[in-house]
Amino acid sequence: MLWHLQIDPAPGLSDSEGHRVAAEAADLGLPGPWSVRSARGFLIEGDLDESDLRRAAEQVLADPIVETFTIAPCRAEGGARARARNGGDSSIVHVLPRPGVTDPVAESARAVLRGLGLAVAEVRSVRSYTLEGPADALPALIRRVLANDAVEVAVVGELALDHLGQGRPYAFRRIEIPLRSMDDAALMRTSREGQLSLSIDEMRTIRDHFLDLGRDPTDAELETIAQTWSEHCSHKTLRGRVEFDGEIIDNLLKQTIFKATKDLEADGLDWLVSVFEDNAGVIRFDDDHDVCFKVETHNHPSAIDPYGGANTGIGGVIRDPMGTGLGAKPICNTDVFCVAPPDFPAEALPGGVLHPRRVLKGVVAGVRDYGNRMGIPTVNGAVVADERYLANPLVFCGTVGVLPRGKAFKSVEPGDRIVALGGRTGRDGIHGATFSSAELTGESEELSGGAVQIGNAITEKMVLDALLRARDLGLYRAVTDCGAGGFSSAVGEMGAALGAEVDLEKAPLKYEGLSYTEIWISEAQERMVLAVPPEHLEELVALCASEGVEATDLGRFVDTGRLTLRYHGQVVGDLSMRFLHEGRPKVVRKATFSPPPERPVPLPDRDDYTPDLLALLHDWDVCSKEWIIRQYDHEVQGRTVLKPLVGPREEGPGDAAVVLPVRGSNRGLAVGCGLNPRYGDLDPYAMAGNVIDEAIRNVVAVGADPDRIALLDNFCWGNPERPETLGSLVLAAQGCHDLALSYRTPFISGKDSLYNEYSHEGKSLAIPPTLLISAIGQVPDARRCVTMDLKEPGNTLLLVGQTREELGGSSYLKILGLSGGLVPKVDPPTGLATFRALFSAIARGLIRSCHDLSEGGLAVSVAEMCLAGGLGAEVSLRDVPCPDSAAIDPVLLFSESPSRFLIEVRPADVSDVLDLFAGLPVGRLGSVSDPGAGPPRLVVRGLQETTLIDATVSELRARWLRPINDHGFDPVIHPPLNR
Amino acid sequence: MSTPRAIVLRAPGTNCDEETVAAWERAGAEAETVHVDRLLERPKSLDAFGILTLPGGFSYGDDLGAGRILATRLGALDEALRRFHDRGGLILGICNGFQVLVKAGLLPGPSRATITQNDSGRFECRWVRLVRSPGARSPFLPDDAPMELPVAHGEGKFVAESADALEALDRSGQLALRYADEHGLPTESYPANPNGAPRGVAGVVDPTGRIFGLMPHPERFIEFIQHPRWTRLHPRPEGDGLRIFRGAVDAIR
Repeated sequence: MLWHLQIDPAPGLSDSEGHRVAAEAADLGLPGPWSVRSARGFLIEGDLDESDLRRAAEQVLADPIVETFTIAPCRAEGGARARARNGGDSSIVHVLPRPGVTDPVAESARAVLRGLGLAVAEVRSVRSYTLEGPADALPALIRRVLANDAVEVAVVGELALDHLGQGRPYAFRRIEIPLRSMDDAALMRTSREGQLSLSIDEMRTIRDHFLDLGRDPTDAELETIAQTWSEHCSHKTLRGRVEFDGEIIDNLLKQTIFKATKDLEADGLDWLVSVFEDNAGVIRFDDDHDVCFKVETHNHPSAIDPYGGANTGIGGVIRDPMGTGLGAKPICNTDVFCVAPPDFPAEALPGGVLHPRRVLKGVVAGVRDYGNRMGIPTVNGAVVADERYLANPLVFCGTVGVLPRGKAFKSVEPGDRIVALGGRTGRDGIHGATFSSAELTGESEELSGGAVQIGNAITEKMVLDALLRARDLGLYRAVTDCGAGGFSSAVGEMGAALGAEVDLEKAPLKYEGLSYTEIWISEAQERMVLAVPPEHLEELVALCASEGVEATDLGRFVDTGRLTLRYHGQVVGDLSMRFLHEGRPKVVRKATFSPPPERPVPLPDRDDYTPDLLALLHDWDVCSKEWIIRQYDHEVQGRTVLKPLVGPREEGPGDAAVVLPVRGSNRGLAVGCGLNPRYGDLDPYAMAGNVIDEAIRNVVAVGADPDRIALLDNFCWGNPERPETLGSLVLAAQGCHDLALSYRTPFISGKDSLYNEYSHEGKSLAIPPTLLISAIGQVPDARRCVTMDLKEPGNTLLLVGQTREELGGSSYLKILGLSGGLVPKVDPPTGLATFRALFSAIARGLIRSCHDLSEGGLAVSVAEMCLAGGLGAEVSLRDVPCPDSAAIDPVLLFSESPSRFLIEVRPADVSDVLDLFAGLPVGRLGSVSDPGAGPPRLVVRGLQETTLIDATVSELRARWLRPINDHGFDPVIHPPLNR
Repeated sequence: MSTPRAIVLRAPGTNCDEETVAAWERAGAEAETVHVDRLLERPKSLDAFGILTLPGGFSYGDDLGAGRILATRLGALDEALRRFHDRGGLILGICNGFQVLVKAGLLPGPSRATITQNDSGRFECRWVRLVRSPGARSPFLPDDAPMELPVAHGEGKFVAESADALEALDRSGQLALRYADEHGLPTESYPANPNGAPRGVAGVVDPTGRIFGLMPHPERFIEFIQHPRWTRLHPRPEGDGLRIFRGAVDAIR
């Protein structure tokens, strides 16, 4: 029997989901208005009668004070009545997850109902809407607001179903792919139709390998090779051979990013523990602890289902520290989003593309729901808006972990059991690795729905709880996470040097019907793989059971050099590890780069630059992100001592957050980031330098030691098979190498995501070259940290660093609609000396506030310090350190030259601070105004002492906050059903 | 004087247990984290403790409403909990733990109540000002100095079963802790009151004062530098939240 339990808000109480739908429909410009009533509910199948359900609803499923409920049986013939009602004024729409999509709410309900002694077979969660509005617009409302077709089904009218089948029994059949007899055309067809994303060279290599073996591969073997050789897993472009304008680069990563780190180590840098070899880079923190950091992207899935994509993106990167060494405890998260401008006209959207506002809200909700449930504070992030992210939004999620010293390395011994820990395996995310290595098309949403996953954060939290206990008891020798490629890549990587035997039928499944290959490559979330010495197996399984976590013995690591897959004893795969990991033909790509011609930009010569500043504060990149930040718990774990929002109103944009990794110690970790794709359009090499400088500036600005900063790189580029695209990537990587070496800031980990392009009706849209640099810096004593909000009237404002005429790619040119100019360039010796001097000044307690200069230059920086502190400032450009060529008011106001800071110093400390900056460019800008008469103002005088900017701080603040208020970013919470 | 022992009960999805243990230790108690399944296996183990804490987090994902599933499971401990309470044991529920206590019927008593979605419709993390209600009597609230603490929740609005019930709770001093505006007065206005709880209710005690639940997180403000504006303030020896833990420890000793 199938029942529908519908739970409504009690009469007179607010229906926030209903309000959300109506508001979002209006916000997206759909015909309306819509009046919406929403309900949540469950479809419950089992041997139950109505009184059983009534009891369940009263006891657990509905809230007796704020909700009411109704119970009705579901029948298969419900459909006829629904059709008859469609002509009416109001429509009923039910939204439920597609079969096989993770539904944590339903899983919990099933467990609780069984706990009450009810014979429940299956449960599915459902949202129901009663809608009144223009019937013609209903399909658009469903598609664009109510349901995401990639993971949900919308049913108009009554639910015409009488059971919740979740799968059918699987009849084993060993499948071989007749690769040996295929010509090139057939090989490519096999690659394409099987979503393998393998090139013709690769397909030929595989065919030849099996010709040598005298047999055809099974589907599982071919899939394993495709996963392992995918761009996502093997980074074949960056590790391949590049011919760059005649110069041969054998392995781009090794010759740039890795090389800087290796050279620094050779030069005596001694605080690296494990870099570029594990799931996250590990560095020394204090005598007893190491810390690790990883940043990942989850771009393609987020384009199709922003919520699920970002949700599993953060869930996935959290598993990286968990799978680093013998397991680290995650202590904070970061997130960075690149989207099209949220006010993009809805009518101009290409087919199959979600509106950027929906994307942004969805990814924020996805990160929020996973990070908050895991109990990991999300403390740092950024948003960049550019139209070229329309079809390919970028979602970067990062996690920092802490682990005891001595736990940073793992090993696998022959005979160790292969143990799967955590969530069950379903069809989720089949082909994620190969999907993310392909371009998106207008049809991707339909074709690739299976590649989108929904996470269950609590499952992962339980895995974390069990894992750290098992680690401290020494119950396993190695751990890694199941990410892209699922078991195939986790077991394949752990056993690469040895060999492995896996019995696939042992994997616990979410539902019946998975083939052996699906089990092997599924990307179901929240799973880890351990190498467990046989003598510890029993204890490990018992410990996990005591935490409610499944630990399953899948097989063993063996010293055969082979990866052997069995299903109920039948061999369904038997690959040489050597072929799997070293057999891929080296990718050779051509790269070239012709820089756009340098064009001088005519800057406006105005009497009053106040409107320019106000426009900059209003820009998507600069404006307040408070609506995002407050949805994240940035305080959980009680470690966050510099919050992302600072100042008396707790709304100022802090440069970097600081967390205390070790309870009871004031040694801190500052987390910051830098990215600016607009520089990359003009000069990718310079872009790399600038974003490294920005990430470092951010952590140094709060008090991090510039000699203890580690970096992470995330390259997101378009199709690297296009030489121009790859050329810009090569230059950016070289820029990373050069500045990391000069600044002595080693890269410790990184990730690339290529093929971020979208093709539709013959047109192609590629993202701008996007390099995210993340920095973790160490703060010897967090009690010395500094925030960016102005503190006290009368204090002196000093500008540190040289301002040059560098407006290429700047926010100022962007708001003027101009292009050209020179991209800022880093002067490494001055930059490093400035960072060190600032660190000394902060460590001595001489700095009251400090803010770096980035988007919008000096004008935006000083305005942000004012609005964050609620205080005014009077400054003059006359003493700004600059070469004569830059001595122009708008240049001094808006140039984005790197390595600059604005600092607030008590008058008594000014000479001490100037001593510390001796020999470096530093200028006396002005002072924090006395609040005397009238509201606080920011007044900036130019080189001729005329007033260039004059605005009240409240006006600055209002403009800076406005994009939040104007674009419906306010009250949004996804309803139950985890959406 | 013996050292009070505090049990910090964790469930799948609990995520504030570590800092809650640290807060108890800082306040002078011995604290121990115990999985709810262990307590369900041996309810009598509660007898060794003077204080029971239900920390924050998302127990069982809050999948059926905040705190609902853990509250249902605690039903099996009903007798052990009553015995614990009757012999003078103190119970503290923080955020999700408060939601659990209310949904389990342990708070406010004798009437029923619930905790529901914020008026803003969203999860929010922000700092709030809090004042003790004049008639409140509880070892967890040893003095009437105002406090600043962070909240981080999407479902924090306390709703009594009726207007009369709310009035009765107010008169008996059970609406012990309130969100306050900048003048220190209880408020229903956002954002000083982050969830729209009537009469500014942030925390509630049972008629004995020995069970206390609150939405804000006292364990997140133990050290001065956990304050969001510490870079603007004169250093203080400790955070406001410690007073709640110390009050309980002092009362037990």
